[in-house]
Amino acid sequence: MKIDSISKLREIYEEKLPLLALRQAEANVGKERVLMVCGSAGCLSASAQELIDQLNEEIKAHNLEDLVSVEITGCFGLCAEGPIIRVFPDDTFYVRVKPEDAKRIVETHLMQGKVIDELLYLNVDTNDRVMRMEDIPFYKKQFKIALRNCGIINPLKIDETLAAQGYLGLAKVLEENDPEKVCQTLIASGLRGRGGGGFPTGLKWDATRKSVADQKYVICNADEGDPGAFMDRSVLEGDPHSVLEAMAICGFAIGANQGFIYIRAEYPLAISRLEIAIGQARELGLLGKNILGTGFDFDIELRYGAGAFVCGEETALMRSIEGKRGEPFNKKVFPSEKGLWGKPTCTNNVETFANINPIILKGAEWFSSIGSEKSKGTKVFALGGKINNVGLVEVPMGTTLREIIYEIGGGIPNGHEFKAAQTGGPSGGVIPASQLDIPVEYDTLISIGSMMGSGGMIVLDDTDCMVDIAKFYLEFTCEESCGKCTPCRIGTTRLHEILEKITTGKGTLEDLEVLENLSNVIKDASLCGLGKTAPNPVLSTLKYYMDEYRAHVVDKKCPAGVCKDLLEVVITDKCIGCTKCARTCPVGCISGNVKEKHVIDQTKCIKCQACIAQCPVQAIVTE
Amino acid sequence: MACKCDNEVCYAELDKFIAEGHYDDPDSLIQVLHHAQHLFGYLPREVQIYVAKKLDIPIAKVYGVVTFYTFFSETPRGENVIQVCLGTGCFVKGAAKVMESFENELKIKQGETTEDMQFTLSAVRCVGACALAPVVMINDKVYTHVDPSSVKRILEKYLISAAS
Ligand SMILES: Cc1cc2nc3c(=O)[nH]c(=O)nc-3n(C[C@H](O)[C@H](O)[C@H](O)COP(=O)(O)O)c2cc1C
Ligand code: FES
Repeated sequence: MKIDSISKLREIYEEKLPLLALRQAEANVGKERVLMVCGSAGCLSASAQELIDQLNEEIKAHNLEDLVSVEITGCFGLCAEGPIIRVFPDDTFYVRVKPEDAKRIVETHLMQGKVIDELLYLNVDTNDRVMRMEDIPFYKKQFKIALRNCGIINPLKIDETLAAQGYLGLAKVLEENDPEKVCQTLIASGLRGRGGGGFPTGLKWDATRKSVADQKYVICNADEGDPGAFMDRSVLEGDPHSVLEAMAICGFAIGANQGFIYIRAEYPLAISRLEIAIGQARELGLLGKNILGTGFDFDIELRYGAGAFVCGEETALMRSIEGKRGEPFNKKVFPSEKGLWGKPTCTNNVETFANINPIILKGAEWFSSIGSEKSKGTKVFALGGKINNVGLVEVPMGTTLREIIYEIGGGIPNGHEFKAAQTGGPSGGVIPASQLDIPVEYDTLISIGSMMGSGGMIVLDDTDCMVDIAKFYLEFTCEESCGKCTPCRIGTTRLHEILEKITTGKGTLEDLEVLENLSNVIKDASLCGLGKTAPNPVLSTLKYYMDEYRAHVVDKKCPAGVCKDLLEVVITDKCIGCTKCARTCPVGCISGNVKEKHVIDQTKCIKCQACIAQCPVQAIVTE
Repeated sequence: MACKCDNEVCYAELDKFIAEGHYDDPDSLIQVLHHAQHLFGYLPREVQIYVAKKLDIPIAKVYGVVTFYTFFSETPRGENVIQVCLGTGCFVKGAAKVMESFENELKIKQGETTEDMQFTLSAVRCVGACALAPVVMINDKVYTHVDPSSVKRILEKYLISAAS
């Protein structure tokens, strides 16, 4: 059934509101319960689906179907502790729940009303179990706009989206019928693109609006190329309608009636959630012809990426949608004038779109009151690497790196020391410990040689070698360079070769100079953003970790003990002669009698370090 | 992974897909190739030529697109496709050693397929389970917190099911 007017949509919103009534921490505690289970790709791979099935079975077995429901929902963010269940309305947050826990959750929690202590979050600092999500340190400094519905609604049920004010932003815009005002609101809000570049979204919309053409397009960039980042995936899996609605708003503002979502083929779950959502929206007349009876037409199609990082760059992306090789073109004319099929096109990132509905409904002033002077609103980060609370966080712009790493992220595991945070993926750089107190916002990050990027934040500790990290990123850009322009195609290959030389102990001091000079040339001369930013990981590690580079080329040592060719595996006097190492060694280079100290033949050792993992007394070390 | 049905059925399916989706224009090349790879398991020369004719584009263009995108494969893949995540999250948690371990066990390099067509070993960049790094996907199953020393055990399951 189609919703044929704006007033009808508002009525439906009022009518559906009770659906979410239970899901508030302060809701009246009656007999009804709802269990929200994270159904994002991360938790699903940690057997969340079996857990959901088990819960349903137990609920059925105890005839609780009328009182208790189990809903899947978007990412709660604390992925390291998944799978997670949040029980409403008694607001209990269970972590690391296994399918076999379903029985006691139903019998102990739901039937006897007793909280199961062992399944609560353990605060390692105080050794206390924490029951409410809000009281977990991880959540205290967070502020959710883009992820507002993740953990609250079931993304597969459009009724719940509607109850969460979904499509009311579109309704408001259509009712006011003033495209220019939409752009002005966004300009005033200060929203900047979340895909990496940080271009003011309102200005982009307004420029596309002003272009005159018979056809214009809206593109949602869901290519999420930064390897090690999953913000966009989480938004698409947990709240797909927020992106569809925002694209329709954009279409109205710029005068387009066709949208494309370019999504990477590696995200099958996000693709299927989007397909379902588009189907639902069309059925209700929220996409398609004559939306809400206002005469506005807008529809959305999916286009799949095929594993090319450069296709995240917007001009390459357009080529790819056109069915061609994804090679970027020179932006002498902006896509807002000539983009997809030569028509004015507005491309925005998933997270950028996820901010639109709240800005329209709550106003530009509300949004611009959040964040810092020059960067408004919030940013979602995928925290990864050597940090305790690996997961997804959304913080106001201007939060310091220290707050993110230590208060939200819970610090570095296993007693290691923080060394650097890498932001911006292959286009970004590292932020060293000396800069922990800088506010995380667009301009400050650029001023210290990194960038905001799309939101990947990889934490490195004292066991990570910075030359090796730079090499990792260069290997990536080398592979992903599309080959169209020479500085990028050949330059990145040379950079990678030199790094390889350094990490294998063959580097010279002169190489360090060449690294820097070549990097600057590639930056200046490349055609698109891929090449222009590819040397950043090299330049920023050179800037902050020159000592480490020098140690590799002068002393032929890798201080972090990572670069294999620069280290020796040796057995110390701690050896008890258990022979485990000798049996593990794949090349048979360890010898020694039982109960006597063993030795490694350095000429044969391939430094695989398999023996280190096996030694029961930690007698084998690298030097 | 590879297609077990006979080729004619696949071509008929592909025709149907193109007709129903109105994909018979050059703009739809990537959509069509995605579907063709889904049907045939990979994109052999004949299929590329067939698609070129169907969409009325030069064969060189089709080949250009197939080789540009890493998702498209011109060689058949093994019964089990192993994807070791080499995204940054997994890399800093030791994914390179996991990859090495698979290479040693299977005696093939990344990107190759074993002679008996049982396993294809490939790398992916982030499957979005960084919290559970290092991550390995075998077909649709996700293995988390993979230790290089557990690789042998993981592979054994697939060897047994292949033998039976
Ligand atoms: C090499 C390269 C890769 C990119 N990858 C992505 C990506 O994966 N996702 C994204 O949203 N933007 C990516 N961008 C940025 C886009 O070109 C574009 O600026 C962005 O989609 C615009 O949306 P926004 O203004 O909402 O951020 C990439 C840029 C470059 C140069
Ligand atoms: S980096 Fe491997 S899952 Fe994200």
